[in-house]
Formats: sequence, C-alpha cells, structure tokens
Amino acid sequence: MTAGDTGDRTPGGSADISTRSGPAAALMPALTVTISLLGLCLLWSLAANAWPSRAFPGPEEVWQVLLREAASGDLFYHLGATLGRVAAAYLVAMIAGSVIGILLGSYRGADRFFNPWVILFLNIPALVIIVLAYIWFGLNEVAAIGAVAVNKIPNVVVTMREGARALDPRYAEMAAVYRFGPLDRVRHILLPQLQPYLAAASRSGIALIWKIVLVVELLGRSNGVGFQIYLYFQLFDVAAILAYTLAFVAVMLVVELLLVQPVERHATRWRRRPA
Amino acid sequence: MQPVGAAVPLRVDIAEKTFRSAQGVSVTALKNLSFEVRQGEFACLLGPSGCGKTTTLRILLGLDKQFSGSFQLPEVGSHRIAAVFQEPTLLPWRTVEQNVRLALPKDLRTKNLDGLFASLGLTGMRSLYPAELSLGLARRAALARAFATEPAVLFLDEPFVSLDGRTAEQLRRLLLAVWSARPTTALMVTHNLTEALTLSDRIIVLAPRPAHVLGIFDVSLPRQHRSPDATGDLLRSFHQTFPGVT
Repeated sequence: MTAGDTGDRTPGGSADISTRSGPAAALMPALTVTISLLGLCLLWSLAANAWPSRAFPGPEEVWQVLLREAASGDLFYHLGATLGRVAAAYLVAMIAGSVIGILLGSYRGADRFFNPWVILFLNIPALVIIVLAYIWFGLNEVAAIGAVAVNKIPNVVVTMREGARALDPRYAEMAAVYRFGPLDRVRHILLPQLQPYLAAASRSGIALIWKIVLVVELLGRSNGVGFQIYLYFQLFDVAAILAYTLAFVAVMLVVELLLVQPVERHATRWRRRPA
Repeated sequence: MQPVGAAVPLRVDIAEKTFRSAQGVSVTALKNLSFEVRQGEFACLLGPSGCGKTTTLRILLGLDKQFSGSFQLPEVGSHRIAAVFQEPTLLPWRTVEQNVRLALPKDLRTKNLDGLFASLGLTGMRSLYPAELSLGLARRAALARAFATEPAVLFLDEPFVSLDGRTAEQLRRLLLAVWSARPTTALMVTHNLTEALTLSDRIIVLAPRPAHVLGIFDVSLPRQHRSPDATGDLLRSFHQTFPGVT
C-alpha cells in the first residue's frame, strides 16, 4: 500500500468516477482491489504447494493461525496496541513536521541555519534514534512514540518546506486586502495550497511509521505486532509471523480505503473535472 | 447619512518609490506623485504600460510599504478597501459564493447577495468552482467580491485586460451598473484611453517612468450621454489637451 498503488489515484481520477455515476461506480475500485488480492493469494498457494516447507506455509495455514489468534483475542489486543502507536506517532510527526517545515519554507534565514540539522536528522538511522530514546527516556510508551515521530519528522519537514516555498503570494495579498482573520488564512489560504504536500507526507508517513513502530515494539515493548513477531521468530513459527503481518496490512488497507482516500477526494473536489 | 465633514477624499502624496534589484541597480518607479480622488468619484489612473500604475495601486492597498511619502484613504462608512486585481485571484478550492462571502467581515457573512449576483449575471454560477468559469465570468465574480464588501474605496487594476473586445465591453457596462447602484470612491488603473473616457469622472494622466502626474482631464459629460459620437469628441479634446499621450 505504498508506492505501487498510488498511480491510479492521481487527484481527480477516482474522484470523477464516484461523483459522476453514483454508488455502483464507486464500488469499482474496491472490486479491482479484491480481485487483484485474490490473484496474489492463488499464486502464493500454488508456490507453497510446489515447495512444501515449515518455513513457507500456504495461505490456508496462515488463515487457521489468524482464526486461532482472533478467537483468543490476542490478535485484536496486539493490533490495537500497534495501531494506537501508529496513530499517535503519525499525529505528532505530521503536526511538528508541518509547523517546522512551513516556518523553514517561509523564512529563508531560518532555513539556511537549520538546514544542516534537517540533513543530520534525515540521515540518523531509525535504529539509533530508537535505542537512544530507550536509553535516555526509559522503556516507556512516550519514548517509543517519540522515537518513531522523530524518525518521521525530517521527512515531513522537507516535504512541507517545499510546499511553503510554492505558496502563491497573490492569495496572501488578496487575503491582506480583504482583511482575512488568522484562522481564515490558515483554513482557506494556507491549508488548501499545502494539501498536495500534506497528502504526500501523509502517504509516505503512514507506511514508514508502521514499519518503525514494529522495530520499537520489538526492542522495548511487551505488546503490539512487533512484539508478537519477535516472539514467533524465536519459536520459528512463520505462519504466525505472516498471520500478524497480513492482519496489520489489512488494517492499514482499510484505513487507506475508508479514511485516507475519502479525505483526499473531499480535499481535491474543486479540481477541474474532465468535460 | 454621513456627516459632510467626515468625507475625506482619497489623497495620495508619494515622494518616491525606488526598486532595488538583486544586482544593486536601483530604478525609480514613482517620483512626486500626488493626486486626489473626491468622495464618490470614479477616477482613472491612465498611463503607458510599465509606468508604475500597478506599483501605485500596491502602495495604496498596503501591499508595498517601502516608499517615502504618504496617502490618506476615505474615512467614511466601513473603512474597508476592496480590490479587483489584474487576474481574478479567486480561491480555486472555494465556490464562487464562498469566495465572495469569505471576503466579507464576520457580521456581513450571512447577508443576502441575491441582488448582487443577479445584477452581475452570476445567479446560476454561485456553487461552481473558479476552474469551471470562463475568464469573463471569473472577473465578474471578482467584481462581485469587491462590491459585496461595501468598501469605502474600490481599487481596480486593469480589470478588463486580456478579454476579447465584446466581453470587455459587456463587463464595463456591468461594472457601471453595479457601481451606479452604490457609487463608491473608485480608482481604476488602465492604459486604455477609451475605457477611461467611458467609465470615469476624471482621468489622472501619468507621465512615463518615473511616474508623476502630467495633468487631470475632467469628464464632465454624464455617463448616460457618452454615446460613441460623444466619446469621439471627448477623445479629440483629450488629445488637444494631452498631445502625445495615447
């Protein structure tokens, strides 16, 4: 759900279909996704049958583990823990990164001074930040979420800085002449212009953040998908590892379809529709 | 309505405005530019392209504060100013109606705009986004935004440039209709003499860079009598007064 499937969602593309032909056409993208995923499952099943091994279980076996974990309640407990951390780290990273990025994009002097810091933080490996956070702040939730957010913030800063540099001064001048209030300026002038950049930062953000959250959980938490994967790695239980991974990927797919895409469609509704 | 003494006209007295380029070359755009616009008067600032008309307007709009001199805006009624820019400058992510309402102060946001939209022929376009409008319609929406705010003074920066002749003519008529319904002190920048003669009460003629006032041409003929013939006479008398100015 990262780079591969962004191509068919260029602004306007899927939005047009749903705005013009009602609910039936709105289901088309979902149907395509379902068929595509079923095809992948089939391929996996054939491969697993061709090379039977404990280290390469087929989809049926993974499905059984998934049902077992779901029935015991473990699955939802750990998925919930990870999802909570992803959401918290995402919010912190997006807000902090946007504010810093917009400031750096608007003030050239500040940008010149802080640019080396941004490059430094961009290049510190995620693992180093996580380990240091645990050493300095202890093995707790704040350190875990903070470490993930700090990993993501430089990316958001860089994207939002580009967005702030691309702001059109004519709109700001119009707002000045007509005496827009500060809140109106943010809501009607700033955010709509930054929307494509926010969307880009969000997209790459969610994918990156959930992967780092797993590492954080593996190193210093006692619940979450990352913790479970580490547990089953020690037991060499590949079926369980795959069950947890796929369950979380499914959750992220649902988030993408039910949250990210509708929000984006709403935000880009004004773009010119093809005649 | 308003006490007579409070009617201060638009008074401009700019001593100098100089641009400094990145290479350190300085260009004087305005020098000793001073003129007045009377209360409720429609004035045109006429001058060749690039003579500093837009610069003057940007100073008056408060968008450019790097100049020496002073100016005074009318202090009647709303204290608000409104501008129609060279480009419509509508927010593409808001509908026509939202664009107009956003420019209004909070206490006027919900006011009835049916009459204004109708007089500009925008009734059916209120819920469209600017990308769905032609340039002519977008300019009408920009006019609607300016007039909706009931400004104390209205600035127009070549609002009919890059339109075809017929559309521009139609828009000029619409502008006059809306303006006559509520005469507002207005200053329009243009390089089109015929446009200035059709619309304004007086024309402030600017000399080329650095811009200063060459003279004032009063158009005393009432607007309803400005037939093509009468405009031709005005044109001749203008050329007698200002030979060499096109």
